[in-house]
Amino acid sequence: MVHQYQLNGRYIVLDTCSGSVHAVDDLAYDIIAMAEDHTDDEIVAAMLEKYAGRADVNEAEIRECLADVAALRAEGKLFSPDIYSGLAGVLKQRSGNVVKALCLHVAHTCNLNCSYCFASQGKYHGERALMSFEVGKRALDFLIENSGARKNLEVDFFGGEPLMNWEVVKQLVRYARSIERQHGKNFRFTLTTNGMLIDDDVIDFCNREMHNVVLSLDGRKEIHDRLRVDYAGRGSYDRIVPLFQRFVAKRGGTRYYMRGTFTHANPDFTKDLFHMADLGFTELSMEPVVCAPDDPAALTPEDIEIVKQQYELLALEMLRREEEGRPITFYHYMLDLEGGPCIYKRISGCGSGTEYMAVTPWGDLYPCHQFVGEERYKLGDIWQGVTNTALREEFRACNAYARPECENCWAKLWCSGGCAANAFHASGSIRGVYAPGCELFKKRIECAIMMQVVRSERAEQEAQE
Amino acid sequence: MSRIKTLNTRL
Repeated sequence: MVHQYQLNGRYIVLDTCSGSVHAVDDLAYDIIAMAEDHTDDEIVAAMLEKYAGRADVNEAEIRECLADVAALRAEGKLFSPDIYSGLAGVLKQRSGNVVKALCLHVAHTCNLNCSYCFASQGKYHGERALMSFEVGKRALDFLIENSGARKNLEVDFFGGEPLMNWEVVKQLVRYARSIERQHGKNFRFTLTTNGMLIDDDVIDFCNREMHNVVLSLDGRKEIHDRLRVDYAGRGSYDRIVPLFQRFVAKRGGTRYYMRGTFTHANPDFTKDLFHMADLGFTELSMEPVVCAPDDPAALTPEDIEIVKQQYELLALEMLRREEEGRPITFYHYMLDLEGGPCIYKRISGCGSGTEYMAVTPWGDLYPCHQFVGEERYKLGDIWQGVTNTALREEFRACNAYARPECENCWAKLWCSGGCAANAFHASGSIRGVYAPGCELFKKRIECAIMMQVVRSERAEQEAQE
Repeated sequence: MSRIKTLNTRL
């Protein structure tokens, strides 16, 4: 399967099953478009007609390009067959019931009252609660007991607002560090925070222990303060921005993400990203809101079109800033064409419900943080383990080949079948498809690959100079 | 000069 598109004056051809990325010129682009269902002679005739008057296009040139296409096909880099459907369940079957990552809900409470919060102001449609050290300790033991031969174990401190249970967070990190070596494990901790309770103790501890921190900021003050307010209705921007700046500076400007949410109020979200860049933040992630379609914050079909244009604008601006020596990182534009995930990972997806689970303050297990509070998605608990094995099997069967809608999609090995929670919230089924999400995802991949093409051109130019 | 440049050598 091949996907062709033009963006920023570049002609780009993606070979789905090999993962090959080809930057081509207009003639090669047109030849590849005809290559599957036309003979060489038909293609030559069509190209001579289309490019009549172009000095650089003659029959010899066209046939040389056809030979290049044939060579790439023979090397398995173009029109490569889809040989992976048989591998679709292999990684998850091979992994057995290994668990390698937990999202610890250390606080089902929050000091902000954001109306768009998917977690219902941190309470997940339930009671306010803080995780005790005993529950957290058992969760870490559960993770080690069920991690098999995996060395890297990941724990995200999440909420609600995890800093509202900060002493327990520190105790749990210390406990994990005290036992990881004897079990041959490497814990990687992350923390997601709204920033309201950041102080020197939080900064110093996180900068020592947290592999990554995710800092919630929606961008421009008027956008951020519209929804991210405290219980008195006051915006939080002025209180958190200086704290985030100090936090990031003391972290050396690395291993963090500013994480914003855009809604119907700001489909022009690049203004918010560039505002964050102006504040001195360079590691940026901005995501569309997850909510019911009738929610006032929900993106409309018109918004989706604006957002797609914004993704293109973002790519161009990032390239401009790179040329000026002041680059920014956008999480979804990070693609490593040589060192990205293997085919097994690309097919099997994020691992929710199998190797990745969320733990509530009272020790219940859910497939991921976005299912917490949905009682029928409870997997079990940290004492008994997974007792709803049928549900685990349902998640195990989620992969890039699980949905008929994805069969002929060029992006399936980039998106891995997409987010089960987004599918559930949009369609009522984890095997459903969230069509607007697919559109946005494909646009992001197209932009990210175009950026790689431009960077490759720049590297070539530099090498020649 | 080839009209096709493959960016990656690595699924």
